Amino acid sequence: MSKSDERPDQPGNDPAVSRRNFLKGSGLALSLPLLAGEVAEAKAAAEPAVTILGPGKVDITLTINGKPVKASVEPRVTLLDCLRNDLDTTGAKRVCDRGTCGACTLQMDGKPVYACTVLAIEAQGHKITTVESLAVGDKLHPVQQAFWDNDAQQCGFCTPGFVMACKSLLDKHPNPSDEQMRLGLGGNLCRCGTYQGIKAAVAQASAGMKTMKGGKRNG
Amino acid sequence: MAEYKWPDADKRAYIGKRISRIDGPDKVSGRAKYSYDINRPGMLFGKILRSPYAHAKVVSIDTSVAEKMPGVKAVKIIPVPGNEIQWAGLELVAVAAETEAQAEDAVRAIKVRYEKLPHFVNEADRSKAPEAYLRPVNTRDVGEPEKAFAEAEVVVEGFYGNDVITHCCLEAHGLVTEWTDDKNVLAHPSTQGISPNGPQLAQALGLPASSVRLKMDHIGGGFGSKFPVDPWGVEMTKVSQKAGGKPVKYFLDRDAELAVAGTRPSMYSQVKIGAKKDGTITAWESDTWGSGGVGNLGPAGLPYVFGRIPNLRLKSQTIATNVGPQRAWRAPNHPQLAVITMGAVDDLAAKLGMDPLELFLKNLELTGARAVNYREELLKGAEMIEWKKNWRPRGEGAPGSTKTVKRGLGLSIHTWQGQPHNSDCDVIINPDGTTEIRIGTQDLGVGARTVLNIVVAETFGIPLDWVKVSIGDTRYPFSQASGGSTTTGGISSSSRRGSVDALNLLFEKVAPGMGTTADKLEAVGGKIQVIGDASKSMNWKEACTKLGVTPITARGKQPGQGTLASAGVGGCQMADVSVDIETGIVKMNKFVAVQDCGLIIDLKTAESQVFGAMIMGVTYALYEEKIMDDHSGRMLNGNMEFYKLAGLRDIGEFKVHMMTGPGYDDRGVIGLGEPPTNSPGAAISNAVANAIGVRVSTIPLTPDRVLTALAKKEGRG
Repeated sequence: MSKSDERPDQPGNDPAVSRRNFLKGSGLALSLPLLAGEVAEAKAAAEPAVTILGPGKVDITLTINGKPVKASVEPRVTLLDCLRNDLDTTGAKRVCDRGTCGACTLQMDGKPVYACTVLAIEAQGHKITTVESLAVGDKLHPVQQAFWDNDAQQCGFCTPGFVMACKSLLDKHPNPSDEQMRLGLGGNLCRCGTYQGIKAAVAQASAGMKTMKGGKRNG
Repeated sequence: MAEYKWPDADKRAYIGKRISRIDGPDKVSGRAKYSYDINRPGMLFGKILRSPYAHAKVVSIDTSVAEKMPGVKAVKIIPVPGNEIQWAGLELVAVAAETEAQAEDAVRAIKVRYEKLPHFVNEADRSKAPEAYLRPVNTRDVGEPEKAFAEAEVVVEGFYGNDVITHCCLEAHGLVTEWTDDKNVLAHPSTQGISPNGPQLAQALGLPASSVRLKMDHIGGGFGSKFPVDPWGVEMTKVSQKAGGKPVKYFLDRDAELAVAGTRPSMYSQVKIGAKKDGTITAWESDTWGSGGVGNLGPAGLPYVFGRIPNLRLKSQTIATNVGPQRAWRAPNHPQLAVITMGAVDDLAAKLGMDPLELFLKNLELTGARAVNYREELLKGAEMIEWKKNWRPRGEGAPGSTKTVKRGLGLSIHTWQGQPHNSDCDVIINPDGTTEIRIGTQDLGVGARTVLNIVVAETFGIPLDWVKVSIGDTRYPFSQASGGSTTTGGISSSSRRGSVDALNLLFEKVAPGMGTTADKLEAVGGKIQVIGDASKSMNWKEACTKLGVTPITARGKQPGQGTLASAGVGGCQMADVSVDIETGIVKMNKFVAVQDCGLIIDLKTAESQVFGAMIMGVTYALYEEKIMDDHSGRMLNGNMEFYKLAGLRDIGEFKVHMMTGPGYDDRGVIGLGEPPTNSPGAAISNAVANAIGVRVSTIPLTPDRVLTALAKKEGRG
């Protein structure tokens, strides 16, 4: 689930979203070829501490872009669908709906996450940052400005996810190497083929976030 | 009568410059609302039960349990044409419920009994096709092919293929649809044709055209797959009616999207070329087949680009399959035709020991009227990729090759028409100086909004942000669907005519007060002034106050007076690849494109189209394949893990050069979306052959195919 270029459960990495939570939250994960030890760990951890919720709707409170927001969802509803269907927060897009394409990328506790692989009920207690929070009024975030300036978008459906992945990359690596960029943005897919612009946008945003100046719009 | 033409090069304020797309801030901030993002009060969620079988009859459908399930508001059985399912994934029952999960539960509770019938889903080996799936063979001879082959100094034969791929739009097909009262429908579809889809949906529902309103602000990809209103558009609107008119949101799940909402036909061909020793091509023979599902394909358009080869023997045949129906895929057939033709021509060069660049240049008169453009483009491309420095004869390995990684170069040329489509628009000048263009078009991501903005602002001589661009509503003037690279030509022409007319009406209002006549005025730099005399001027806003309370509305049309757009472009692409002969993995080192498209309105978004087409091209050349299971008749990779799209890390160094200036600009505007999509498969296939010394016959050039071709070459296959 974490799209950072280091495994979230590595010692000393203090994961906001652990592999354990991921396994609980995603039936998909259990069908993936995981190490036997990891599965056993997840099963053991899942038993005692879990409160049984559902199958009916459950009232939840999510912290979205700094504000507490209430919703009532079945436990099986993903964070992505809760945002889109219940909270009318539609910046994160539903495309593959199974943790492949990155169109639903947002941040949980500052780390990039595929919202389609997190259950809404499990997102409680975490700080959720969506693409909608980046711009302040008409003032775009340097990453957004860079995407615009470098035409790193065509149809734009993958763009919010890419913007969030790019922000997460630069939060962690303000001057990313080519390899760090390939890893940090390798979990997002575009069909129109905007990677050329995205590469240029990363370069501009990397410079822009240091000076907090926008790029050159036209010319 | 106003004269409709584009401003001269030295007078263009915006046209041809690099302008950032005007809806960029909405897209990067998540504010842009795609139809998938539309939430309406009381909205229900739709789901569809689809056939698991590729060929079957429906014996019975029992929806009784589903209808009584929690949250379920409507269940509707969808009629199956001829009661015979022809592909897995066909729509059978539509459901609407309060939540998406409830709708899915209901779909699972529907019981269908089928009578299974034999199916056929893989046509690459046509010897396996049952008789009933073979369509009539088209044959055509031109010149004297038998004599030409008998006299040819060299003959080369080869097999070239393109597997079926899908569109994989990131925004799935679908819509939000509702009845605003018992006679009127409002829908937000994801469509390439907002204006034509309104009447189509109305007709399917038995409603007057005026009773259906469609709106769409943004679309998350189409690529040719989103022209019809589709069965789900009609059926979900009927489901909404059944649910008392409540809005219903239905978008295809990813597996259905890949299985039924987009199929690019396959194309395979056995080709023979006859030539002189100096490389002059004299004869072509091809035996071609392919499938677009149950439908018929037309005769194949071979040979591609080199259409003037004097002696031809052409044979082509459609093979039907029980696969979701074909849809137009960005530049229908051209990418497949390029792989076949440019592959065969490249193999001829290899057999002759010639540099393919020289062989292409030698045969350019076989391309017809654009030979001179192709020459310029090939020479420019060769310069960009340093062809002379880097190219080596096939199998020798370009500089930088190692024992296990071989580098190679390949090229291709292509064409497309891209004529302007029909388009109406209203251009409005308000008394407060604001302006607006209203047009029933759509922006697929090519920058249609930006094109309209540029044309109107250029004509009025005002800043870009003084123009409001309103699109995506059936209440705006009819503009055709966006397909075949026809939109930019169509809407730039209609908006130019409308703007010129609106401006002339304004000139007529202000001329008397300026002591002159309308024909002596021009609009430049936010002012209206006497032509060539800036001292006699009035600023734009002040001029507009002369309108009193009545705005100007001028209808712009395409076609119309004057020629603002035309058709017919060329381009070339050259690929530099590395192939690991131990793993079979192909890596893009460099990829260059040279493209003409007449007068460019926005250079920035135009270049993006070419970059995007090249990247999409890398994807279909190396990764994309709709894998059908012979046994079950279903698509095996209906997801994005195994239906692979290129990622950022798969892209090498890409360069684009647009041909502009005299000889290009004066052709007027020509569409650009399709043409650069046509060459990547061919250029990359040729580069791989150059690198490893053997043709990998069929795209995608997956590692297993590369290794199989190498094994065959080494006598291990």
